[in-house]
Amino acid sequence: MADPLLDIRNLKVAFRTDDGLVRAVDGVSLSLYEGETLGIVGESGSGKSVTMMSVMRLITDPNAQFDGEVIYKGTNLMGMSQDQIRSIRGAGISMIFQDPMTSLNPVYKVGWQIEEQIREHEHVSRPAARDRAVELLTAVGIPNARERADAYPHQFSGGMRQRVMIAMAVSCNPDVLIADEPTTALDVTIQAQILSLIKKLKQDFGTAVVLITHDMGVVADMADRIAVMYAGRIIEQGTQRELFYDPQHPYTWGLLGSIARLDRPRPRRLTAIPGLPPSLMQLPVGCAFGERCAHRFERCRETPLLLDRAGPGHLDACHLSAQQKQDVRDRTIHPELVEERP
Amino acid sequence: MLTFIIRRTLWTVVVMFVITVVVFFIFFKTPGVDPARALAGRNPSPQTLAEVRAQLGLNRPLLVQYGLMMKRIFITRNLVSYSDQGQLVIPEIFAAAPATLSLVFGAAIIWIVMAIVMGVAAARLRGRIYDPILMILALIGLSAPVFWIGQVANLITQGGLHNSVFSWVPPLGYTSFTVSPLHWFTGLVFPWITLSILYIGFYARVLRANLLEIQTEDYVRTARAKGLSERRVLLRHTLRTSMITFVSLFGLDFGALVGGGAILTEVVFGIHGVGFLTWQALQNLDLPTIMAVVIYGAFFIVLMNALVDIAYAWLDPRVRPA
Amino acid sequence: MAAVAEQVTSTGLRSAAVGRNPWALAWRRLRRNRLALAALGLLLLLIVVCLAAPLYAHDVAHDGNVLGPNLNGTTIVGGKVVPVMQEGGGILKLGETPIGPTWDLHHYFLGADNIGRDVAALLLYGGRASLQIGICSALLCCIVATIVALIAGFFGGLTDAILSRLMDVIWAFPVYLLAISLATELLTHSNGIQIGFLHVSATSLWTPTVIIAFIYVPYVYRPVRGQVLSVASKEFVEAAIAQGASNFRLIFSEILPNVVSTVIVLLPLMIATTILTESALSYLSVGVQPPNVSWGTIISDGQDLLYTRPWVSLAPGIMIVLTVLALNVLGDGVRDALDPRAKLRVR
Repeated sequence: MADPLLDIRNLKVAFRTDDGLVRAVDGVSLSLYEGETLGIVGESGSGKSVTMMSVMRLITDPNAQFDGEVIYKGTNLMGMSQDQIRSIRGAGISMIFQDPMTSLNPVYKVGWQIEEQIREHEHVSRPAARDRAVELLTAVGIPNARERADAYPHQFSGGMRQRVMIAMAVSCNPDVLIADEPTTALDVTIQAQILSLIKKLKQDFGTAVVLITHDMGVVADMADRIAVMYAGRIIEQGTQRELFYDPQHPYTWGLLGSIARLDRPRPRRLTAIPGLPPSLMQLPVGCAFGERCAHRFERCRETPLLLDRAGPGHLDACHLSAQQKQDVRDRTIHPELVEERP
Repeated sequence: MLTFIIRRTLWTVVVMFVITVVVFFIFFKTPGVDPARALAGRNPSPQTLAEVRAQLGLNRPLLVQYGLMMKRIFITRNLVSYSDQGQLVIPEIFAAAPATLSLVFGAAIIWIVMAIVMGVAAARLRGRIYDPILMILALIGLSAPVFWIGQVANLITQGGLHNSVFSWVPPLGYTSFTVSPLHWFTGLVFPWITLSILYIGFYARVLRANLLEIQTEDYVRTARAKGLSERRVLLRHTLRTSMITFVSLFGLDFGALVGGGAILTEVVFGIHGVGFLTWQALQNLDLPTIMAVVIYGAFFIVLMNALVDIAYAWLDPRVRPA
Repeated sequence: MAAVAEQVTSTGLRSAAVGRNPWALAWRRLRRNRLALAALGLLLLLIVVCLAAPLYAHDVAHDGNVLGPNLNGTTIVGGKVVPVMQEGGGILKLGETPIGPTWDLHHYFLGADNIGRDVAALLLYGGRASLQIGICSALLCCIVATIVALIAGFFGGLTDAILSRLMDVIWAFPVYLLAISLATELLTHSNGIQIGFLHVSATSLWTPTVIIAFIYVPYVYRPVRGQVLSVASKEFVEAAIAQGASNFRLIFSEILPNVVSTVIVLLPLMIATTILTESALSYLSVGVQPPNVSWGTIISDGQDLLYTRPWVSLAPGIMIVLTVLALNVLGDGVRDALDPRAKLRVR
């Protein structure tokens, strides 16, 4: 396989607070290859957003501490000066955020905000930048783009604003597009439109996409490979097929069990994962998921490593043997199915 | 936008009317106070008292009294100051206005520049020792009475050091720009600094808090993610939005200062502006002058308020009516 | 960005903050703020020193009165008896100059003013008046403003419109000029004012107190009304309404406790403002009236002695700066302690 476009190596991010050190990201390694879509799944506070924000070096909190490397096209982003990282932000790697209602500056026209990014990275005239902006707005499906470019963000709906954000993000043909929960704040009907727009742009521009979400349904549709994060660590990683048809970690089973599926008999109720994620200030000894796991056993007091137990490229961090996993998996994901069997 | 301006203007007129009514009641209808005696100055003769009663129609119905007062202040502008040998009040106020405007304009320039420098510096240097140091300096500026700072400035520039370092500072008082631009300037340097200290402290603190709050906004993160330089993020995104608050505060304070708030600085430096006029009137219990200054001052403030609201709509498209 | 950090932090803090009431948390945060504690200490010290004025003043009292003129008095400097008012300087030896600071803790520590009074004693008694007026008018202002804001915010509609417009009008006046007009109007009437059964004499300390409280009502009213409006629309108030609670109970036991923190944050800052305003009015001779003194009146009297006896002006000014600075720092500390966003404060 070719060298990865973006290679995150053992990234650690911690925040100093009045009450102690919060380990938001605790040794994450991830690779992103050209043209692929990588899904990062996890619940709020699992560190998925912090990981990608750190890649962009967007965390300016003076209490944040960083460790590890992020290699992009052969250089370490973590070691770059502000000026160097700036030339990559928005041009090589760009980002879409969760809440389109607040992510655009309310006092500038949307066309201007796109032009601003283009003119920051390329030496083009204002009219040329404007034409590009209008072109982009048309490409993301904004009707009357030339007129609408002169409107302010508050004159757009949430879905339309997210389209503007996407137009802005792809304006400089980035290699990597990071989408941080791009549909969470939107209506369900709009969500599908935005996702198919990202898919289409990915094909048109050949951009690699990192899709951060808490919704297994979204990655099922979009991602080539998926990483599942829990309490600041990756606990399972593999191709979309592997994750959905041969999941290895009990936490992944829990996530899969909590989505409704149309291709199986309707369960009486969806299974939920019991308990709450642990405090990031005092992680339990050993497996962080241990306290909530139904299959906990003695070895779980040792911290499990992320290894390719299930085959090359399919990593998981669970001590259970392959056989044990096979035995208990279906019962955990779909208890009803198991019960209904004679 | 036009309907907004018209509505705002109408509201301004209503407020001005209510202000005149309130002032009328304070000066003519305070329970237990005889307005003729109050308005006629210290120890008035019976003739003066009778004259005041006749001029202001104090024996006539309430509405007529109000009407006569307004007519003398705004139309015929011949309100008479009895304590001051029958001087006409309104022309006196207008003659004093240039001194006040000179003082306030100069101070405003200093405080805007200094406050932006300090506020931005503190916000940028957050987490380092400079931030708390700058903010303590701002707090000290906020905590000192302006007339006392003026006295200290006088003590330094007019006292022992007047013959050496500060020999360029003219004696206290105001020299009109048309008489001597140089003296106008040198005479106003310390009044400007004195008056601006309080506002530098206040604005720097407000700006810092505002910048820090806006820095956490999602759109500032977007601006960074676009690859803009820190400088551009600060100037075009953070500071630009902060200016909405800044400008509205500035309008109000500027209005308040021109409308009489600069009285303390004017008194301590002997600058014969509107505030000084008020102070002289106070010494003589010259109520007609005070009454006129209050009404004109309040009018100016109300006018500035209206301008601020219109500027606000211009700066913030969200509140701009379609 | 901070939102992320906050989310992360709150996940981390979840267990730490369970089961503590907000006031205890606020107090804990305030106690950790050393700057605010130092300010509180300084403030208490200033109050105690001013209350202890008689301890210093009994040495310098003349005719049993510290605040009366003492033009022919004497004092002791270096064991020698000297007159308080000394012959004027210059060739002509015209007029009289009060004695300068003796730096002797028993007699005329800071010298005398232009009618021979002990400046240090004036400073302490003046401090009592300044602090009393500052604290009382700020309290009065906050109480009145809160009541009006509760009524306006709770009943809304026409009541709110009328009260808010009234506040707008007071707000439109230049503060000092409004205070000056009220004060001069009262001062021209030396017998004082009779409002119902309440008699306020023109020279009473209550005259400036009430005037200052009045002019700042809109400044407290606005934020408190905003808070009342937001609290009144919360679910727990609706729940109380559904239970059939009376308006009185709704206002005082449901809404008031939730706006108190706003008022408490404003209070130290208001005291700082009212003390400054009192000194300004007294400097302009429309605040504290003789025979009373305050820091403002001393500065005003000191103006004539500025170049010969600067300490007459400098000392009360320094006292005001210290008091107001302490109040402002304390006010910042209280705000940070009660404001949950202060959680991510940089140490």
